[in-house]
Amino acid sequence: MATLARLRGRLPGQREEYFHRNRAVDEYRKAEHNAAVRIQSWFRGCRVRAYIRYLNKMMIIIQKWWRGYQGRKHFRKMVETAYFIMKMNFYNEMAVRIQKRWRGYYIRKYIHNYYALKKYLEAISVNNEIVRKELEEFAEMKEKEKEKKDLEREEKKKDHQARKMHYLLSTEQMPGVYNSPFRQSPDPMEVRLRKARPFSHRQQQIKKHLADEISDWPTCTSALTFPTMKPLPPIGRQKPQGPFRDTAEVLQQRYKPLEPTLRVATSINSLEKAREEIKREEWRNRINDNKFLPFSSCHKNQEYDPLIHTSSKYGQMTYGIKHFREEHHEKWVANKDFETVLPSIDLFDKFGQTYSKAGQIV
Amino acid sequence: MSQRQVLQVFEQYQKARTQFVQTVAELATRPQNIETLQNAGVMSLLRPLLLDVVPTIQQTAALALGRLANYNDDLAEAVVKGDILPQLVYSLAEQNRFYKKAAAFVLRAVGKHSPQLAQAIVDCGALDTLVICLEDFDPGVKEAAAWALGYIARHNAELSQAVVDAGAVPLLVLCIQEPEIALKRIAASALSDISKHSPELAQTVVDAGAIAHLAQMILNPDAKLKRQVLSALSQIAKHSVDLAEMGVEAEIFPVVLTCLKDSDEYVKKNAATLIREIAKHTPELSQLIVNAGGVAAVIDCIGNCKGNVRLPGIMMLGYVAAHSENLAMAVIISKGVPQLSICLSEEREDHIKAAAAWALGQIGRHTPEHARAVAVTNVLPLLLSLYMETESSEDLQVKTKKALKNILQKCTYLPALEPLLHDAPPNILKHVVGQFSKVLPHDSKARRLFVTTGGLKKVQEIKAEPGSLLQEYINTINNCYPEEIVRILCKRRTEAEFCRCLLKAVLNLG
Repeated sequence: MATLARLRGRLPGQREEYFHRNRAVDEYRKAEHNAAVRIQSWFRGCRVRAYIRYLNKMMIIIQKWWRGYQGRKHFRKMVETAYFIMKMNFYNEMAVRIQKRWRGYYIRKYIHNYYALKKYLEAISVNNEIVRKELEEFAEMKEKEKEKKDLEREEKKKDHQARKMHYLLSTEQMPGVYNSPFRQSPDPMEVRLRKARPFSHRQQQIKKHLADEISDWPTCTSALTFPTMKPLPPIGRQKPQGPFRDTAEVLQQRYKPLEPTLRVATSINSLEKAREEIKREEWRNRINDNKFLPFSSCHKNQEYDPLIHTSSKYGQMTYGIKHFREEHHEKWVANKDFETVLPSIDLFDKFGQTYSKAGQIV
Repeated sequence: MSQRQVLQVFEQYQKARTQFVQTVAELATRPQNIETLQNAGVMSLLRPLLLDVVPTIQQTAALALGRLANYNDDLAEAVVKGDILPQLVYSLAEQNRFYKKAAAFVLRAVGKHSPQLAQAIVDCGALDTLVICLEDFDPGVKEAAAWALGYIARHNAELSQAVVDAGAVPLLVLCIQEPEIALKRIAASALSDISKHSPELAQTVVDAGAIAHLAQMILNPDAKLKRQVLSALSQIAKHSVDLAEMGVEAEIFPVVLTCLKDSDEYVKKNAATLIREIAKHTPELSQLIVNAGGVAAVIDCIGNCKGNVRLPGIMMLGYVAAHSENLAMAVIISKGVPQLSICLSEEREDHIKAAAAWALGQIGRHTPEHARAVAVTNVLPLLLSLYMETESSEDLQVKTKKALKNILQKCTYLPALEPLLHDAPPNILKHVVGQFSKVLPHDSKARRLFVTTGGLKKVQEIKAEPGSLLQEYINTINNCYPEEIVRILCKRRTEAEFCRCLLKAVLNLG
């Protein structure tokens, strides 16, 4: 019971004590709790930090190794590319050298070959000289030809003049216009006059007026003249004294061209030739060469009807078939037929053309 | 008795007609009578005589009509209006050769004046009959028909086409082969007139085989024939490369070069024209001509001739040089440049000078070597003076300016450029100064010369807008020299200006 009393005595204070104790504990509890939390958190933190540190270290190692590996790989690649670039540069340079040489060679040889161009230009100038020379020669030749033609034309003109004016020739008595006695030698025109052959009246050509070329051109009306003049004897020769013939006649007789008679001129077989000619012409103009044969089969059965006029009691009359006219053989002079074509008489052919004038009517 | 009297009347009438027609034909040969004849109404009188019974009167009437129509185009129109052409065409087919010749003469005389008259002839169906006349035996008829066809085809392409459609070309080619020279001439001239209008017509002529015959006839000694043949070949060759090559294949080189030495002026001109037409198409053809020595021959030909005859030769040199620099160099070494500068200075006509200037420009524009070769002959001041002259035609001015520009852009030969500094206008001066600015920085001797000849002073005197190309060039030149020299020269300029201002002020005051 003492205890109980004691306890009861303590009781009212216990409530306060209990309250105070709880309160103190409560207060201390908070502080203690906070402190405990602090301590625990710090400790946990330490633990975690240590763990993280550990992890970190491990990570570092791993990453270090990994990065090292990557770096080395990258480096290897870089070295490779650098090496490759170096090689390529070297090759490029070498290629440039080759191409440089090649391009220089190619262009100098094929595109713009200086020496070939030089040679070509030299060849051109040489060729030009040759061409120029040849053309000069050609031009000179033409000039000479032209001059020659002009000279010839002049000569021809002068000769023509001399022929027209042959009467200006000097004679024994009278010196001509071109042969003045005060000159030492006669004028060249005089020489020409002496050489010239005078025109005859017939052959002097009428100069055609060539203004109208349309109607004149193809209708070639200019006659070709062959001078058939007799040659004159040279002037100054002594005329022979005596009953001699005229020199011109003698020369004409001496140099007479052949004039055969008609009989001589025709060939001996002209008749046969003429016949053959006719036959050839007929053959030429014929279309059909086959002989026309009468239709013999048509006439086989027919009898021949003789003419009424020639048939008589005693058969056919032979007149009209075998003979055509009355012939009295006893009256005939000769046995042969009359000749229709008579031979020509040579003497009569020569009438008026012989040299001697014997028998001619003066 | 009375019968004879009656017949006598008819004979008198016939004699009168014959005399009338012959006298008219003779009078028509002189131009002074033609006016009187026209006023007297000769056309209406001649027309019924064309249908006369007597052939001689018909022929002489046709001849008289031809001569009248030949004189001027009013009379030719009167012939057309008088409905004479159908009658002529109709009887052309039937009559003898004298009438055919006279009728063809009338057609030619009418057709030569103008395209409308030629069209009238074509409309009345004359072409077919003329082509039939080309087949006639008589060479005179052929000549007259070919002449008429040539004159008709001369005017324009449609008429040429009509002539070709009538089938004239093969017959003309046959006519060329005939022995008579006059016929050859006329046929060649007709072919030339046909082929000059268009490439198709030229191709038709070539297809008929004309080129071989024309090429053979170049060797003929007759001058007028050569004129026509060369003209025909050049008209064919001018249209296209193929035609020109066909002309070359007919082996006309080097025979054509002998024609350049002919005594006849027009043969030379036509030969030069032919070579020009061939050279202008491609570099290969020009090369061929150069290799055959054609350039030397043409240059000699230019040297021998005067006036218009030179023009095709000058143009040929320009065309050859324009193709490539090697050909231009070939022209230079054939001594073409001195000859061209002689032409430029001697000739009076503007178009020949313009052609020479153009040719020089083509030669000098390729490389500095070429420009130097041109500048050495002292031709640049001449070109400049022609450009500056107010009397020069516009064409000449344009061509000289272009030539100057082309040459100056490549010229590095400074002694030739110096004279140009003094009198050139600004647009040319720009190029001159530009060339100096390109050469002077690299050549010390040239710099020294430039100063001593007074060129630097002149350059300082040039006024240029700041920022323009000219100012840049001037700056480049000034930078080549040490500052003092430039300043001294500038100072001289400003001194001169200062004196001038002072003088002006004094005068104003006084």
